[in-house]
Amino acid sequence: MKLLQTDLHEIETAAELEKLINENENVMVCCGRMGPMCIPVYGVMEELEEERKHIKFYTMAFDNPEAQIIRNAPECRGFMGLPFVMYYKNGKVAHAVSSIQNMQQVTAVLDEHFEK
Amino acid sequence: MDKVFDVIIIGAGAAGLTSGIYSSRAKLSTLILNEGAIGGQMVLTNEIANYPGVDTTKGYVVANTMKKQAKEFGCLIKSNIKIKRYGLEGERKSVELEDGRIFYSKTIILSPGGKPRPLNIPGEDTFKGTGISYCATCDGDFFTGKEVVVVGGGNSALEEAVTLTKYATMVTIVHQFDKFQAFKHAVEEARRNPKIRFVMESELREFIGNGVLKKVSVEHLPTGEMSEITIDGVFIFVGYMPNTGSLKDTVSLNGRNEIIVDPDMRTNIPGVFAAGDCIAKKYRQVTTAVSDGTIAALSASEYLKSIAG
Repeated sequence: MKLLQTDLHEIETAAELEKLINENENVMVCCGRMGPMCIPVYGVMEELEEERKHIKFYTMAFDNPEAQIIRNAPECRGFMGLPFVMYYKNGKVAHAVSSIQNMQQVTAVLDEHFEK
Repeated sequence: MDKVFDVIIIGAGAAGLTSGIYSSRAKLSTLILNEGAIGGQMVLTNEIANYPGVDTTKGYVVANTMKKQAKEFGCLIKSNIKIKRYGLEGERKSVELEDGRIFYSKTIILSPGGKPRPLNIPGEDTFKGTGISYCATCDGDFFTGKEVVVVGGGNSALEEAVTLTKYATMVTIVHQFDKFQAFKHAVEEARRNPKIRFVMESELREFIGNGVLKKVSVEHLPTGEMSEITIDGVFIFVGYMPNTGSLKDTVSLNGRNEIIVDPDMRTNIPGVFAAGDCIAKKYRQVTTAVSDGTIAALSASEYLKSIAG
C-alpha cells in the first residue's frame, strides 16, 4: 500500500528495491515521511524526473518495515534526520545523505555520480 | 516574439499560490516561478489547526490543494528554478533564470517568502542530519533516550521543546535573552515540564563532534563565560528571514530586508507588488499570507486595467 502522497513511484518491499537497483544503472531513493524535511526533496525529484531520464527516482516510506534495508544500511549509520536519501550506481550505494536537500545539493550529487 | 504574461508571481507559498488562484481565475495569463518547495512555510508546518473553515490538517495538504486550484484555473507553475536577475522597471518586466531563460510580464507579484534563519556558527553544515535538525516532529524519535538542546525563544522553539520531551530524557533550551518571545501559554507549558531546563542570556558558539555531534560550546552573554554542553542533538528554531537577497537595489526594503508595501501591496515600483512573509509587517500566518496574496492579485488586476487605458 502506498504511504507517501507524491507523484513519484513508491517502493514497497526490500525485494523490489533490490530488483530496481540491480536492473537500473542510476537510482535515487528518498526514504522519508510526509514531513517538512522530506516534502521539499520529493518536489526536487519530481522536477528532475522529467529531465533526467537516465535516472530512476523513487520513494520509500520510512515507516514501512521493509525500509529497514535503507534504515539499517551501513552508509546510514549516524543519520539522525529525515529523509535518508540513497544514490545507487550499478546496484551499489554511491552516496547517502540525510536531512533536507535543495535542488542544487541534489543535482550536485547526480552530476558527480550519475553522468549522462 | 516572446510571450508576455499578465502576471508573474515569484514564490509558491500561501501568498504566491493565492495570487495565482485569483489572477488565473480572473483570466489573466499567470506564471508562478518558485525557487523552493511548493507550499513554502506551509509544508514546513506539520499541522495547520487554525485556518478558519478547515479542520486540523497537514500543511502539505493545504499546499497541494492550493496548487491544484491554481493549476485548474490555468496558472503555470515552474518550480525549483533559480532566479538570476529581475528587470522590474518600465512597462515590460522580466525575470531571468540561471539557466538563461527569460520570462516577461506586465506586472510582478513578489512573494518569495522566508527561510529558517541559520546560526552561522562553525559546524552547522557539518552536522546537519547527524545531530542538527530543524524539525522536532520529523526527527524527534531519533533522539529517544538522548539529551538535546533547543535553540530559540519563540513559539516554535518552546512548542517543539515540549514535543521533544516525548523522546528525549532532557531538553535544554538555550535562549539569547532573559525573557521568551513566545506566547504566555507556550512558556508556561515548557516551564511546567520537568524534562526541560533553561539556559538564558546565552548563545551557541560552535558545534563539536567527530562524524556525529557530541557537544556545543555556549557563551553566557552578560559575562562572556564559555562552557560546553554534552548532547546528542540540537534543534534550531531562531526564526525566519525574508528571501529578498536578490531584490536588493530593486524594490525598497527596510532594515530587516523586508519589502515595503502600501495597504494595496504596491511596492515603490509601478506594476510591482509584494505579498506574504517577505513584506514588512508584524504578523506572519497562513491567513495573513493568503490575505496579502489576494490583495496583491486584485491590485495587479486593477493596475493592468489602468495601463490598458
